[in-house]
Amino acid sequence: MKFWEISEGLQIAFTAIKANKLRSMLTTLGIVIGIVSVTLMATAIEGLNRWLDESVSKIGADVLYVQKMPWFSGNEWWRLRNRKDLTLEQANALERQVSLVSVVSPFAGSRSDVRRNDKVVEGILVAGVDEKYYEVSGMAPEFGRFISAEDAEGARPVVVLGYDVADKLFLHQNAIDQQVKIRGESYRVIGVLEKQGSFLGMSLDNRVLIPIKKSFNVFGGKQWVTISAKVAPGVNIDDAKEEIRGIMRKVRHVKPGDDDDFAINQQELMTRTFDSIAVVIYGIGLFITGMSLFVGAIGIMNIMFVSVTERTKEIGIRKAIGAKRRTILFQFLIEAATLCLIGGIIGIAVAFPISFVINEFLPTAMPLSVVAVSLIVSATVGLISGILPANKASKLDPVDALRYE
Amino acid sequence: MQNNTIIKLEKIIKSYDMGGAQEVHALRGVDVHIHRNEYVAIMGPSGSGKSTLMNIIGCLDTPTSGSYELNGNDVHIMKDNELAKIRNKEIGFVFQTFNLLARSDALHNVELPLIYGGVGKSERREKAMQALQHVGLGDRAHHKPNELSGGQRQRVAVARALVTNPSIILADEPTGNLDSKTGDEIMGLFGELHKQGNTIILVTHEHDIAMHAHRIVSLRDGLVEKDEKKK
Repeated sequence: MKFWEISEGLQIAFTAIKANKLRSMLTTLGIVIGIVSVTLMATAIEGLNRWLDESVSKIGADVLYVQKMPWFSGNEWWRLRNRKDLTLEQANALERQVSLVSVVSPFAGSRSDVRRNDKVVEGILVAGVDEKYYEVSGMAPEFGRFISAEDAEGARPVVVLGYDVADKLFLHQNAIDQQVKIRGESYRVIGVLEKQGSFLGMSLDNRVLIPIKKSFNVFGGKQWVTISAKVAPGVNIDDAKEEIRGIMRKVRHVKPGDDDDFAINQQELMTRTFDSIAVVIYGIGLFITGMSLFVGAIGIMNIMFVSVTERTKEIGIRKAIGAKRRTILFQFLIEAATLCLIGGIIGIAVAFPISFVINEFLPTAMPLSVVAVSLIVSATVGLISGILPANKASKLDPVDALRYE
Repeated sequence: MQNNTIIKLEKIIKSYDMGGAQEVHALRGVDVHIHRNEYVAIMGPSGSGKSTLMNIIGCLDTPTSGSYELNGNDVHIMKDNELAKIRNKEIGFVFQTFNLLARSDALHNVELPLIYGGVGKSERREKAMQALQHVGLGDRAHHKPNELSGGQRQRVAVARALVTNPSIILADEPTGNLDSKTGDEIMGLFGELHKQGNTIILVTHEHDIAMHAHRIVSLRDGLVEKDEKKK
């Protein structure tokens, strides 16, 4: 395509669009709606992505979680629910025997109310942990201190409050050395955790930490146990996993040939699962919104056919004074592309402010790549929907076209 | 003498297939030679084939058989794109209904053939202005066709035909939509253009208009009936 063909084509396009303002506007509206829905869907997907990424980042990439159940067990759950629980002894045995791991930390969770005088927070996760839990979870105290080895070993009645729990019970006042009650027993507050945010929509600040032996004393065996193991620096994560697997099979007396009766979970599993879900959501979302863009494209094609018929005489004149087929073809292609591109620009201008509204509910921002891609897409949609009408125009016989009234 | 022949039409036959076995013969073997700087009128009643002949001379249509040489180019064997190029470079059309682009001003209308010829912006501006001045419309360059009188519109059309400096100017009933006074003015313009060395072919059914030409080719039923030079 030569430069004069583009510039002349653009000039003709703008003149034609101006000459039929209302018609152009209505036709473009289809593209505007299409682009708005596609870009907003892309923005929402970006938000979902960020949310998942943020959640996943809460789980260390180098930490293995030994648990009764695999994450995302799905239908398997019913088959696996009778597995024996993990115990503190198994955690200790693992710690003694393992070599490729730098930290092993057990975690025992149950739910209970936490009280202070007449204030109650209900259904709080009470987590029994030892001093090493800090190293695998990255949860640091904002005030006071973490649970110490002595606390854990001596099953002392001390507690570290999650940010939200402290907030609700003490209303921004100093909680250190105050007393709270769990299951009727008094605990001395030794620390308050930093704000952690949420994981897949569940708050990580709605929990309290107590020494693990204390939690076994109080809650007994009705707890879910996780043994977190941080892989030593420079060690292949799969090697560490294999070592842990061997030790756990031995400790839990799994017969050779039988399946594992425990699971070793890791971040990668979660990322992989999310990715496969995300792909489906993106696919469906973009397909549905893409449909509206497709409808818009049909509108453009329709109006271009009308335009070609209306301007048969003009095409005849242009051909008589030397316009070649491809010149006419380009003229109408450019006109369709311009129409769509204008729709795309308006669409982005409309969608951009709306993306801030979405941001209120799901932290996100319209990615620049989406802006660029939707402009390219709208121009392409124009070109594609212009092909048939433009081809018709270019093939008109000059004699017939000139005679057309 | 051979060099001086600008149009060589030999045994031109044009038939239309009307479906079934029926064929309509619009032209049944036309031989016409036209020399450089001739002023020729093609006359004939409706149905005589003069419009078909004009379309073939103007390279808007191709003959079923026969040969057509225009300024040394074998036009009858050309394809669409080459014909478009010939129309652009060799032929200047003037139509009965002016056929200007309604949304473009006079200057842009005159520029259009140059645009399609790929002439650069400043050069084509200058040439188009010259052509407009040539037909006495230098001060109307930025008027749109609906702001011009019929005579002025036809002058713009003539300027558009002239601007590429074509081998022939092909006028199809150029006064058909004008009153007689304005028509005379336009015919005067053609006379001048002829004096300046242009080759002019006039297609008309009006005897008065044809009398402006120096040679009249009369068609009847797809054949040349008379070919007479005036003196």
